[in-house]
Amino acid sequence: MELIIAIFIGLLYACGVYLLLRRSIVKLILGVFVLSNATNLIIFLSGGIQRSGISFIGEQAEKASLESMTDPLPQALVLTAIVISLGISAYILALKYKYFEKTGTHDLDQLSKTDQK
Amino acid sequence: MEQLTVVLTGLIFLMGLMVPFLRRLFKSYTGRILALVPFALFATLTFIFFTLPDETSRLVDTGFGFLPEMGFSFRIDGLSLIFGMMVSGIGGLVLGYSSFYMAKYAGRTKFYFFLVLFMGGMLGLVFADNLMALFIFWEITSITSFFLIGFDHDKEKPRQAAMQALLLTAFGGLCLLFAVIMIGDMAGTYSLSELYTRGFRFGAHSNYYLVFLLIFVAVTTKSAQFPFHFWLPGAMNAPTPVSAYLHSATMVNAGIFLLLRLNPILGGTVVWKTVFVLTGGITMFLGAFYSLGQKDLKRILAFTTISALGTMVLLIGMNSTASIQAALIFFIVHGLYKGGLFMMAGIIDKNTGTRDIDKLAGLLRSMPVTSIAGILALLSMSGLPPMLGFIGKELIYDAKIQMPELSWLVIPLGVAANMIMVAISLWVFYEIFLKPKYKQPVSLKHPEHELPGNFLAGPVALALVGLVLGMFPGWLEDTMSNAMYFIQSETIDVHLSLWHGFNQVLLLSIFTVAMGVVIFLFRKPVGSLVNIIIRWTDQYHLPERFNRLIKNYLSLAGRQTNRIQHGYHRYYLITFFTVTFALVIYQLIRLKGPWIPADEAGPVRMHVVMVLAFSLLAVIFAVFTRSRLSAIVAMGVLGYGISVFYMFYGAVDLAITQFLVETIVMVIFVMVIYHLPHFAKLSDKRTRIRDAVIATGVGVMVTLVVLKARFINLETPVSGFFAQNSFLEGHGRNIVNVILVDFRALDTLGEITVLALAAAGVFTLLRLDLNKKGKKQMKNLVLERIVSLFLYVMVGFAIFLLIRGHNRPGGGFIAGIIAAAGFLLYAIVFGSEAVLKKLHTNPRYIIGTGLLLAFLAAIIPTFSGNPPLTGLWLSMGNIHIGTPLLFDTGVFVLVTGMIVSIITNIMDVLKWNS
Repeated sequence: MELIIAIFIGLLYACGVYLLLRRSIVKLILGVFVLSNATNLIIFLSGGIQRSGISFIGEQAEKASLESMTDPLPQALVLTAIVISLGISAYILALKYKYFEKTGTHDLDQLSKTDQK
Repeated sequence: MEQLTVVLTGLIFLMGLMVPFLRRLFKSYTGRILALVPFALFATLTFIFFTLPDETSRLVDTGFGFLPEMGFSFRIDGLSLIFGMMVSGIGGLVLGYSSFYMAKYAGRTKFYFFLVLFMGGMLGLVFADNLMALFIFWEITSITSFFLIGFDHDKEKPRQAAMQALLLTAFGGLCLLFAVIMIGDMAGTYSLSELYTRGFRFGAHSNYYLVFLLIFVAVTTKSAQFPFHFWLPGAMNAPTPVSAYLHSATMVNAGIFLLLRLNPILGGTVVWKTVFVLTGGITMFLGAFYSLGQKDLKRILAFTTISALGTMVLLIGMNSTASIQAALIFFIVHGLYKGGLFMMAGIIDKNTGTRDIDKLAGLLRSMPVTSIAGILALLSMSGLPPMLGFIGKELIYDAKIQMPELSWLVIPLGVAANMIMVAISLWVFYEIFLKPKYKQPVSLKHPEHELPGNFLAGPVALALVGLVLGMFPGWLEDTMSNAMYFIQSETIDVHLSLWHGFNQVLLLSIFTVAMGVVIFLFRKPVGSLVNIIIRWTDQYHLPERFNRLIKNYLSLAGRQTNRIQHGYHRYYLITFFTVTFALVIYQLIRLKGPWIPADEAGPVRMHVVMVLAFSLLAVIFAVFTRSRLSAIVAMGVLGYGISVFYMFYGAVDLAITQFLVETIVMVIFVMVIYHLPHFAKLSDKRTRIRDAVIATGVGVMVTLVVLKARFINLETPVSGFFAQNSFLEGHGRNIVNVILVDFRALDTLGEITVLALAAAGVFTLLRLDLNKKGKKQMKNLVLERIVSLFLYVMVGFAIFLLIRGHNRPGGGFIAGIIAAAGFLLYAIVFGSEAVLKKLHTNPRYIIGTGLLLAFLAAIIPTFSGNPPLTGLWLSMGNIHIGTPLLFDTGVFVLVTGMIVSIITNIMDVLKWNS
């Protein structure tokens, strides 16, 4: 199963990178989106996927062992990453909108010219 | 008593930082009030000065360390006392002086701020026992003096002068840092006291020459030695109080101080003697020579300062008992007369509006007090009795005569420099205080008796001290002996007196004065000769050269940057990806071990594979589709697919969060996307193939890394600890939530701050140039009721999730998104204006409140002595209430506020209302 997921992540990365290399800024944003999802998966996978129990401590128990549950630490990391990606997406979209409004183009190559004085 | 020096020095720093408040409190008295602290320090040091026994140094722990193993103590011995007294005494006078001089300047707060901090830095440098601390204070003086020299920052010249001073002294500071590290490395300690008591001498060490070179650069740049002397005249662009302070007892003398401090460790070698004697000698002569060609009083003083610094470096380089003694006395002499003369120049400038010695005349009559103080200072400068300057010069001559090797060079240079000093003193005296026939006396703006006392106090006090010390030099003997003991590491009894008897030295003095008078008498031809030479050397004008060097360097950097920073986004990425690819693949090949675990691989679950395959198809579709909407929907499929994946693997919170976020992102996407153009085919086929190859490479690389990474576990995962303790210590059954709000709350705090910033970013991006505009509103009472109800249900549900999130799926992030989703729906139906109305406040304040709550939860534990973010709990039976819950509430409020803010902003700007 790890192999399948690893290949899945690799394919996501390939698609993401391909999108990043496009000149259209909309595609670039989609690329960032795909890559952030793929990266979250990598972090999640680093905890291992042999165990897939919910990472809660039972109603009567005082402590739990990791034997049966999914590693909680990567989950915590990924959870904030997901919410942050929401903030970032909104920011990039706003940036893109402003950029398009100001320059009238969505071709990234045009941007290089306004870069230089 | 020694403790008091630490307290007062600390107080100076504190006062410096509080200048903005003090200025408001004391208005125009600020300078005088500020001066009280250095005066108090001066008094303390004077007391120690008279009570410190010979051959003892006191070490006072400040209880303050830069690093755990690098304590920062005050070292109080003869040397630091002498420097400390000069720094604090003249500092106090300069502050009092400034309160009048700067009265009409704008930006006085800034002026006092940097001047007082500079003073603190200088004191720290003088008293530091730790070389690393000494370096830090050294840098503080460089940086604050940059702001002081460039005080008139709206003019180009001061800016340039300040930049030049900073570039040079900061370069020297860098060298000092390296030297300090090397010394610390060689000795195993940074403490001066330890270096002294263990008697380190590095003369024979293999690294000595490198350390020497570094120290040499540090000293010559800071103390304006040839060929780095040129920044000092430029620094005259600073307001006069700054010049009076920087060039009398502080800044430029830091290099002198460093040499004296390091003399026992590094001094006395052949290279030390030769190099410093030559550098000092050349600087001494050149400074004096150039001063002859100047017309501006301040520039004359600047060049004589260079000469004096050269003299001190020369004396320290000679490294005999007599010469070090002479250097110490000369430091005091120079500080006293130069401080006084600069202040005098400032008073004259303020009063007459000019500093040109050709225009000034007859001041003795119109400004008698200033003039007499000035004349006493000039007497000291020319080394005439009964001033302390006389004793200083006699000691210098004595030391030079005693020097065996280079006396043939040193004596003529020294005598020549002193002749010029005599001549220039006479010249200044004659031109500005007397009334030559060919000049009109200048008119005064304020008669002298109208000047405030503290304005005149500086030069008068310094002149009197020079006079009194000249007549009773015995007062200095004990402390001088103490200083000498630590500089030369041997017991030396210092004897000072005005009258040395009739000897070789006195003959030289008489000769010097006579020749000085001769130069003065022939000042016209001498002046024009000097000017011809200066004009000839001006083609090698060093400040210009330096500027050109810097400019060339910058343009080189610019060209290089332009080549690397071409501005094409894709090529940056391609560079980045290919380099990463090469490095990672190289590393992967070197690693041994299996790729696919045979035994511990999880079972293949067909339903998961189906989900993944479906998501992948969606992404591939998104890559090739021309429709924007389809691409977004495809992204949604990917997001939901991954959400389902999390669900299958037991990460409930993750799945919920991903699902919610995905939904909101898609809504935002759809809102914005229709205001953007359609996808266009911009690249040709070849680029597409190239990009595809790169993308495939990266994909393969990532797959390999993911597979490989599973076998590399360098540390034991901490997750076990969380599983063990999240209920017992965090009172929560939802381990993920406990990690977020308790165990790793600091990370979460950072992350929600990022969220707040993202919202602020969206706000500024969209609202920057947006004008308020009218809105039409939709009215549909029934619909409004239903949607309102729905909103309340959503918010209520969110609060429920928030509270139970500690034990079951939920928590601040999820709750925040759900509440926001309620508002989103409301906004879509009624427009953003209605949401704002419903909220009764601006979403920005909600974000702020959330952040505030989280920080509050972080800070509250510190009141009971715990580290920030410690979870504090109040248990009532089965119910536990604690700061982590407050923290989570902060997260909830912030996330809600952020999403609502972003959405209302986007809707407003895109006119999504109605």
